[in-house]
Amino acid sequence: MGIVSPGFQGRPRRGDTRLPPGQYLTEGFPVLSAGPTPRIPTDRWEFVITTETGQEYRWSWADLMALPSETPTVDIHCVTKWSKLGTIWQGVSLDTLFTEVDSAADFALVHSYGGYTTNLPLEDLLDGQAWIAYRYEGEALAPEHGGPARLLVPHLYFWKSAKWVRGIQLLLTDEPGFWETAGYHNYGDPWREQRYQGD
Amino acid sequence: MARAAVPGRLRGRLIWRVARLVERREETPTARTLLFQVPGWPGHLAGQHIDIRLTAADGYSTQRSYSLAAPPDEDRVELTVQQVPDGEVSPYLTQVLGIGDPVEIRGPVGGWFVWRPTATEPVLLVAGGSGIVPLMAMVRARQAAGSRIPFRLIYSVRTPQEIYYAAELRRGAPGLDVTYLYTRVAPEEVTRPPGRISVYDVNTHGWPAEFEPTCYVCGPTGFVETVADILVALGHDPRRIKTERFGPTGG
Repeated sequence: MGIVSPGFQGRPRRGDTRLPPGQYLTEGFPVLSAGPTPRIPTDRWEFVITTETGQEYRWSWADLMALPSETPTVDIHCVTKWSKLGTIWQGVSLDTLFTEVDSAADFALVHSYGGYTTNLPLEDLLDGQAWIAYRYEGEALAPEHGGPARLLVPHLYFWKSAKWVRGIQLLLTDEPGFWETAGYHNYGDPWREQRYQGD
Repeated sequence: MARAAVPGRLRGRLIWRVARLVERREETPTARTLLFQVPGWPGHLAGQHIDIRLTAADGYSTQRSYSLAAPPDEDRVELTVQQVPDGEVSPYLTQVLGIGDPVEIRGPVGGWFVWRPTATEPVLLVAGGSGIVPLMAMVRARQAAGSRIPFRLIYSVRTPQEIYYAAELRRGAPGLDVTYLYTRVAPEEVTRPPGRISVYDVNTHGWPAEFEPTCYVCGPTGFVETVADILVALGHDPRRIKTERFGPTGG
């Protein structure tokens, strides 16, 4: 237990088992971005998976819309301490996008319009754990929240769910992304409170 | 945007350190500047933030992030906390925590929204409300380093009473231009009618894009979205526009 701050009481204890350590609940949907919000018209949008051999798999917006979608209800946890429970998304499972992809890679570097990157093990993107999401709570995903489409990987801190997603580069060796290079944890499991390097 | 430069601190765990309140000053009727002594503090860069952890007698604890308001001064760190109505943490920090009382702090955190005294580009700072805090750390770091890099600060506030660091900004510094934008109530001598920041304001009081300044924008999400969009529209390279947003949940 930490050092007690005299007179600090805190909120009534909820005992909410869906809240990872050090997180608090929010009803809003705060925004965390490092720069201006890119605006990407869907007629110019594309999503590309590039394998370690350089082979590319491309989807236009129309291609993406033609794929079967899922509507996951998930809890999301931001490294800046807020968590939001029971958020409803619509998107295409990465399992669907990876069906035809032939790769021996273990790592993924996710690229966004605007230049943002984030890295994670490829296995964290598969088996029903990740989506390319384009609707949030029944509405088209707003640009400040990553629209037209963002990665959704809710079991990791939310910076891994790259906004304005443009592609996934498959790699044989791990390569840190934007926040991971700036001192944040390489993996980012909220349940192990992996916020910063060394956590 | 470009890959973030690697900050000074990397590798090794960010440990929780006991911090004791040394001084609390009133900035505005609802904001307080808190000075903590943190033995072993490793130092930080202007623009970085810290995590603060409060623990209650029954073991319950909660954490929040706050921007650092000043460059490091040995083992002292300075925060400015806006009291959020019904907040869990901010009313405690601004009213209850006593001089000499402990909290836990770890950091510094963040290697992107930082200004280094070795940087040579002109700087534009655009603050919305309490978003001034990390930008003031940059103003003070410039001063502390004796830097002559030209700075312009555009500071949007609702009323004159809500200006943080008012006396220090009034004293000013050579090469630092400060412009206030009032959104609700302006002093009588100000001709600009109260209103939200506009393209005109940024174009008039910022730097031309050709000067290739580094722009730091901090404030509530809507403010930051607006200003970042304006800067892009005025021709600034998005890679030189660094943003930090305060959600409505700073508690």
